[in-house]
Amino acid sequence: MIISLSKDNIQVIREQDVVLLRNRVKEVAVKIKMGLVNQTKLITAASELLRNMLRYGGGGFCLIEIVSKGRDNGVRLTFTDKGPGIPDLSLAMKDGYSTGRSLGLGLPGAKRLVNEFDLKSKVGEGTTVMILKWANG
Amino acid sequence: MDKIPILRMGNFLLVTIQVDLYDRLALNLEADLVQMVSKTNARGVLIDISAVSIVDSFMGRIIGNIASMSKIMDAETVVVGMQPAVAITLIELGLPLKGVHTALNVERGMDLLKSMIGTTEEEPEEEQDDDYLTE
Repeated sequence: MIISLSKDNIQVIREQDVVLLRNRVKEVAVKIKMGLVNQTKLITAASELLRNMLRYGGGGFCLIEIVSKGRDNGVRLTFTDKGPGIPDLSLAMKDGYSTGRSLGLGLPGAKRLVNEFDLKSKVGEGTTVMILKWANG
Repeated sequence: MDKIPILRMGNFLLVTIQVDLYDRLALNLEADLVQMVSKTNARGVLIDISAVSIVDSFMGRIIGNIASMSKIMDAETVVVGMQPAVAITLIELGLPLKGVHTALNVERGMDLLKSMIGTTEEEPEEEQDDDYLTE
């Protein structure tokens, strides 16, 4: 059972918001004593998803939560946009696939960097991505 | 508008990234660097990322682009000072930065650049000096 200890919802609409949000995630990760490597992985994953949200979803919200399960603490980030949505989720999760002109590493790469990953999308309604990284995970 | 300074040192261009890069800044750096290589006839580009704590796929792509662009402008690129956590993250992300030369620190990066472009113009002079001294 995962309990949410703190919540912070941040709007992301401009490119500069990415740096701001990365700093917020860092603060939270430091607060729960997450190690440097895990911090870097979490922030990098967040950065990938933020970029996707700005580029394909036209911006949206990022919910930053400190969560706890038993003795473990972690950071959960939920990215929500009201963009066009992803028609084929399994294709979007494939390494090297991109509808833009990027490397196609964003979604599959972000998944490899965190402990839990959940992608939900409805065409025409938007996309929600949740990632969770445990402090010692 | 923020700008990342590009320093010229002899045949080389030095770039030290001290701030968190956002996309526009990284793209500007890419364009500025290629311009500078052309303007200064630089043979090598050294990029110090020791203060960069996050390299995501976009940043990785920019680094790769800079290396390939410099290459076709006849300049070599060496990336130095990557933090261990960044290296771990890049590999797990699936971005091994193929085709980009790296070195542990600025000093080794400089040595690598010199060996890559071959400092043939200076070496004969030094030899002559040595001969002169021993005589």
